[in-house]
Amino acid sequence: MTMKKRHFSKFFSSGYLILILLFIYLPIAYLVLFSFNEGKSMTNFSGFSTRWYEQLFQKEHAMVDSIWTTLLVAGIATLVSTVVGTVAAIGLSKAKRIIRTAVLEINNLPVMNPDIVTAIGLMLLFISVKVQPSMVTLILSHISFCIPYVILTVMPKLRQLDDNVAEAALDLGATPWKALTKVIIPQIYPAILSGALIAFSMSLDDFVVSYFNSGPGINTISMYVYSMKRYNLSVNAMSTLIVAVVTVILVLVNVIPWIKDKKVQKEET
Amino acid sequence: MKSFFRMSYPYILWIAVFIVAPMIMILLYALTRTGNNTLTFQFTLDNFARFFSDPDFLKVLLTSLRIALLTTVFCLLIGYPAALFMANLSDRAQTLMTLLMTLPMWINMLLKTYAWRGILLNFDFSSELKVFIGMVYDFLPFMIIQIHTAIAKLDPNLLVAAHDLGANSVKSFLKVTLPLSVPGIISGITLVFLPAVSSFVIPKMLGGGNYVLIGNLIEIYFQQTGDWNFGSAISLIMALIIIAAMWATKKLDRTAQEE
Repeated sequence: MTMKKRHFSKFFSSGYLILILLFIYLPIAYLVLFSFNEGKSMTNFSGFSTRWYEQLFQKEHAMVDSIWTTLLVAGIATLVSTVVGTVAAIGLSKAKRIIRTAVLEINNLPVMNPDIVTAIGLMLLFISVKVQPSMVTLILSHISFCIPYVILTVMPKLRQLDDNVAEAALDLGATPWKALTKVIIPQIYPAILSGALIAFSMSLDDFVVSYFNSGPGINTISMYVYSMKRYNLSVNAMSTLIVAVVTVILVLVNVIPWIKDKKVQKEET
Repeated sequence: MKSFFRMSYPYILWIAVFIVAPMIMILLYALTRTGNNTLTFQFTLDNFARFFSDPDFLKVLLTSLRIALLTTVFCLLIGYPAALFMANLSDRAQTLMTLLMTLPMWINMLLKTYAWRGILLNFDFSSELKVFIGMVYDFLPFMIIQIHTAIAKLDPNLLVAAHDLGANSVKSFLKVTLPLSVPGIISGITLVFLPAVSSFVIPKMLGGGNYVLIGNLIEIYFQQTGDWNFGSAISLIMALIIIAAMWATKKLDRTAQEE
């Protein structure tokens, strides 16, 4: 390749990637921009104001409640599904091959199934045992679609473990509980953490399962936005705050290890 | 150590109740008549006959398949070059790009669709085009990330070898990179087609109420009509179509690998 040609292809590929990023960030930028609109319109920016932020905190109690509901449901679902999923994965890794394969196949169903099938299946289940839709059914349904992801994340790590280490601990007189908490769990800790993170993000992003399984008057953010009859720029204000929080968290999560690396490098030299 | 397998017992009970039982419920409802008590089953295929004998329902099915297919093909066509260009960046730039691509995934899909509704108000597009844009937007990152992961895993020596053996960059792409990235393409297609064909939020929010896909039909029969039997039958039909589509994709993948 000639120098000129290489330059051009580099220019083209960077341009293409920038276009893709612009497309991906367009609606987010649009949400943020109109959160500062003075008027009510989602198409006509008439001037800068922070009135929608004031309105969000002063008047939009239902919207703020939906944020808390979303976080509460995601928090509980993450906690329960991480514990149950990790325990199940450890158990399955020691189970007979045939049982393990069968359970993992069934475990994959909610991952492969469209959300709407999972959602109506759970709804029919709750109805058939005469359980009224409520906060409890909402949380139960979130737990049930989160656990498979935790198992799928933790299982591969467990399969890599050397069984002899836990065996040695048991031979040396450790109780099974000790072998579990002092030997097995510390080795798979990173996988448990990423399983929890996936569960949390799945729960936050869910709309369909919540929509079919939540009780009257209980709304997550996505249900609230879905049920809105007309534009309300307080939603833009709320979205902007969410974008800000997510960005700060993701930047911290990615920058902290990088700074640590730099420090280690510096100390070494 | 062996006794640890008992730890899986609670979960086996859990999947029986929360995964297997719901699937059986859908099957039972789909195969019985409205108003039938679930305890006195009277099996019937009426729900399926009703769906396949009504041209309106078949039209909805075809529209869903068409837009899901269009979305998948378009995501592949614009996603593949993006994944390829990403893989050619430096390690640090790749990490940054992956972060930039995944960051919007943390923002709730409903909020992004709500934003698109605002953006698309500025244009006089058809309902189908609006839904198409919303779907491509929502599913494109999945396609790019899957393909990028597959390409990034390739051994760079393969390309050097192809070059040494006289292949130009087009040829080495066609003979090395493309065939070896097929697994990424397959998982990308699955991750786009599956949610696209069953989506009901995007058509409802962007299609302006008169654009009905199969997911919307299911919603209507569950939330508005209350005819759960027919709704269950529709979702069973949809699930079977998806399984068939995925089976066909896998089969294609295998034939491609053998060649």
